[in-house]
Amino acid sequence: MTGTSYLTETRGLRSWLFTLDHKRIGVMYLWSTLLAFFLGGVLAMLIRLELLTPGRTLMDADTYNKVFTLHGAVMIFLFIIPSIPAALGNFVLPLLLGAKDVAFPRLNLASYYLYVAGALMALASMVTGGIDTGWTFYTPYSTSTGGAVNLVTLAVFVLGFSSIFTGVNFIATTHKLRAPGMSWFRMPLFVWGMYATAIIQILATPVLGITVLLLFMERVFGVGIFDPKLGGDPVLFQHFFWFYSHPAVYIMILPGMAIISEVIPVFSRRPIFGYRAIAFSSVAIAGVSFLVWGHHMFVSGQSVLASALFSFLTFLVAIPSAVKVFNWVATMYKGSIWLQAPMIYAIMFLLLFAIGGLTGLFLGSLATDVHLHDTYFVVAHFHYIMMGGTFIAFLAGLHYWWPKMFGRMYSQRWSRLAAALVFVGFNATFLAQFVLGSRGMPRRYYNYLPEFQPLHVVSTVGSWVLALGLLMTAGYLLASLRRPPDAPANPWGGMTLEWQTPSPPPTHNFEGTPAVDRGPYEFPPLETEEELAGRPS
Amino acid sequence: MSGSHATLEQSAEQPFLRHHFHDLQQQAQASKIGMWLFLVTEILLFGGVFVGYGIMRTLHADAFHHGHLYLDRWLGALNTIVLLISSFTMAMAVHSARTGERRRLIAFLTATLALAGAFLGVKYVEYSHKFHEGLVPGRFYHHSGEAPPGTPIFFSFYFVMTGLHGLHVLAGMVLITWLLRRAARGDFSRAYYNPVDLGGLYWHLVDMIWIYLFPLLYLIS
Repeated sequence: MTGTSYLTETRGLRSWLFTLDHKRIGVMYLWSTLLAFFLGGVLAMLIRLELLTPGRTLMDADTYNKVFTLHGAVMIFLFIIPSIPAALGNFVLPLLLGAKDVAFPRLNLASYYLYVAGALMALASMVTGGIDTGWTFYTPYSTSTGGAVNLVTLAVFVLGFSSIFTGVNFIATTHKLRAPGMSWFRMPLFVWGMYATAIIQILATPVLGITVLLLFMERVFGVGIFDPKLGGDPVLFQHFFWFYSHPAVYIMILPGMAIISEVIPVFSRRPIFGYRAIAFSSVAIAGVSFLVWGHHMFVSGQSVLASALFSFLTFLVAIPSAVKVFNWVATMYKGSIWLQAPMIYAIMFLLLFAIGGLTGLFLGSLATDVHLHDTYFVVAHFHYIMMGGTFIAFLAGLHYWWPKMFGRMYSQRWSRLAAALVFVGFNATFLAQFVLGSRGMPRRYYNYLPEFQPLHVVSTVGSWVLALGLLMTAGYLLASLRRPPDAPANPWGGMTLEWQTPSPPPTHNFEGTPAVDRGPYEFPPLETEEELAGRPS
Repeated sequence: MSGSHATLEQSAEQPFLRHHFHDLQQQAQASKIGMWLFLVTEILLFGGVFVGYGIMRTLHADAFHHGHLYLDRWLGALNTIVLLISSFTMAMAVHSARTGERRRLIAFLTATLALAGAFLGVKYVEYSHKFHEGLVPGRFYHHSGEAPPGTPIFFSFYFVMTGLHGLHVLAGMVLITWLLRRAARGDFSRAYYNPVDLGGLYWHLVDMIWIYLFPLLYLIS
């Protein structure tokens, strides 16, 4: 579009740093989280390089421990948890609801600056000794080891507030700022997903807060609650930690699922199958996610009864996720599939998330988990969910909303090539790790038996292909920004409100207040060959 | 600021209406939801340390009983009454704001602030006594005399729980001071007193947490 938009209406650094516009805040979050992803990715490449050979390849064992710890902490706290909610969600949620902004724009900006502060604190640890505890900080090692544990625990505390404020904002916005006519069951499913995510952010993050606070107090004052010599219990830390960190993984996946629920109907040109089932399953996942934390602790010494209960509940929490997968596939059935980049990634998500989810069942079963715990099987499982699931969904959402955010279309040909490289590279990297783990290769190990080397080599070469695909993606997306902003308001034929305003939108989002009188996935049929070929309409 | 969001709604009569809300009522309802959600996070935060307390007390019943003997239950009871009265004065402040009575609003906010200060004063007295006796957390514990093993853990929890609570009282005092400044400036009226309302909610939570803390720490039988 020509004319002004939220990108150009005001200019200068201060107009960005002090903005209250949810779209600008979303864009700032986008670049920040992608920068974090790049750092986490470099660390991942270093890990895989080190594991090319048993014994020392590039670095000593202590350095290796610090590299994988930082990789986990950066990816989890600085990328996956904030990325979809704060970068894409901030931009798109008010537009989807027909609102002018989120409920608390100043809180939104505060949330961003807390993210930056926490990120800087965490990254400063690289020069103040680093941390080698693993991202899980288990006691008693984390209470007694040197390094920058204090700094990083405080950083996590600060980042927790950022997450909580985003959650508070989204819930209040959903309750009070929906456009006239938009009842709860006419909201786009992305909003339901973000709402469920926000519930978890609000209930779980404070527990992480008290956990890191107690860890900090233990290190500085020796309060003793995790120290057996003083009457404490180190396993208590694990309970506290996982009470947050298990729901946290649903903070990571629910937004990804929320994106898939938007993309699949549009690119199948069919209403979503089972709107209410998907909406309620999001909330069900949020609820049940609080009941399964003990499945990370089957071998910690907790009672068999507790383990059995947690195992049963873990099987239960898989059900709503499965409901969603069936509904997405059913949506595609007899649909008019349009294989543009967002849809390619959405279909990729279905396959990779299914693999990740199903392999979780082996870990949720007591008899098999005893053998697989702390092996590469676990590493592969969570990378299939977090990267094959959430990150691929993030890519789907990025490619779906990129024209809306920046007013430019990107190259379809390059996006297909990159997606192919990402798919091949990802599977090569992580399928090998399922095999490694089931054959006994432990996680976080610097050294390994020579018979594991061939699979490690496969995994490392896979990581190079994956990195190439991702660099290519960054390349064509950034290149698109150099074109004039001539993307149409609705390049994909979506029926949700963000497509009723120019690409990119004006600062105030909509001219007047949009009114809603239908659901978000009611598509008029495509009539002509032209429409079918060119879409949208 | 990123461009002016001033619109028709932001007229002289409604200087505190934010541009993305339709009217003051919608804005007030939204911010109330926000405050309640924040209070939920506070409950979860304290909930975590309460759970830790529960576990440790079960494991070290003797030590916890012994440790609490060093706490002055009369000072604790005094603090409980101080906070309860402060909750009353805060509620009266909200009421005065709702009826547009500026002088009373300022008076009640001031009273709440004074009572909060008194609470912290009593805590200072208690803490000094503990430091003097060596009844301090974890590895700094150096009280002389017989004590069941695990007694230091009681004092760890005492200081973490009351310390965290005390920080929230301090934050509440900052909040009330800010409300006082705005009230003195004449910001609040019958149509717009939302910040006082939200401040009241926060203050009641701070009081409620102490209501739980007091028996758990001071009244162990």
